[in-house]
Amino acid sequence: MNQVMDYIEIKVPAKPDYVGVIRLTLSGICSRMGYTYEEIEDMKIAVSEACTNAVQHAYGMDEGGEVTVGFGLYPDKLEIMVADSGKSFNFLETRNELGPYTETSTVEQLTEGGLGLFLIETLMDEVRVLNTSGVTVFMMKQLSGERENHDETSSSQETF
Amino acid sequence: MDLKIDKQQNDREIFVNLAGEIDAFTAPKLREELLQLSEGQKVIINLKDVSYLDSTGLGVFVGLFKQLEKTNGELHLLELSDRLKRLFELTGLSHVMKISAN
Repeated sequence: MNQVMDYIEIKVPAKPDYVGVIRLTLSGICSRMGYTYEEIEDMKIAVSEACTNAVQHAYGMDEGGEVTVGFGLYPDKLEIMVADSGKSFNFLETRNELGPYTETSTVEQLTEGGLGLFLIETLMDEVRVLNTSGVTVFMMKQLSGERENHDETSSSQETF
Repeated sequence: MDLKIDKQQNDREIFVNLAGEIDAFTAPKLREELLQLSEGQKVIINLKDVSYLDSTGLGVFVGLFKQLEKTNGELHLLELSDRLKRLFELTGLSHVMKISAN
């Protein structure tokens, strides 16, 4: 029942130039699967954030890395994996230091980076991070089923 | 997948029109364009034609905002779409910065 229907993989050079290409691919897959406009836009941000992290990390190191993005298409959800090729940074540690700005944040407290990881967690239904030889970010988004069949997981309610 | 930056300036205000996508690729160019001319000024940025924005773009606006606050300048972000507004709300930036839908 949890069988992958189709798997799609795209590999791009670890450069900011290609994050937009991954977004286009994602957007094509998501509309094929029947996600709403809002869901697609949310996923575009989450996946871009993961790719940006991978790219920016690879950048500090030697040139020539690649970012691999894998899409697992299921009848009721999409799983996405973003892997940088062997260059690790401490994603979990970084993540714990982050969060939204609050009403009491002062100008000095605002940081210019770091919202990315917070956004991934906010916009996706499930996020996991594998921090082994490199960093792999695993994300999942439920297909909220209202278009064709509305059985199971009614927990993923619409935000509007 | 590109960003068009259009700047107009009079004595005390700078108007910036942005069109396209702000991501890891286009944000560095935007940062450079915005930070060089904005000490102590009133900067008004129209985001009507921005079709994509993520944390890299938010980071540019945060940086600009901080620089302007330090130098008694002002930053206004105008014509945010529902999508963009949601992003500023999710990140808490809507509490801190002056944004408006029109």
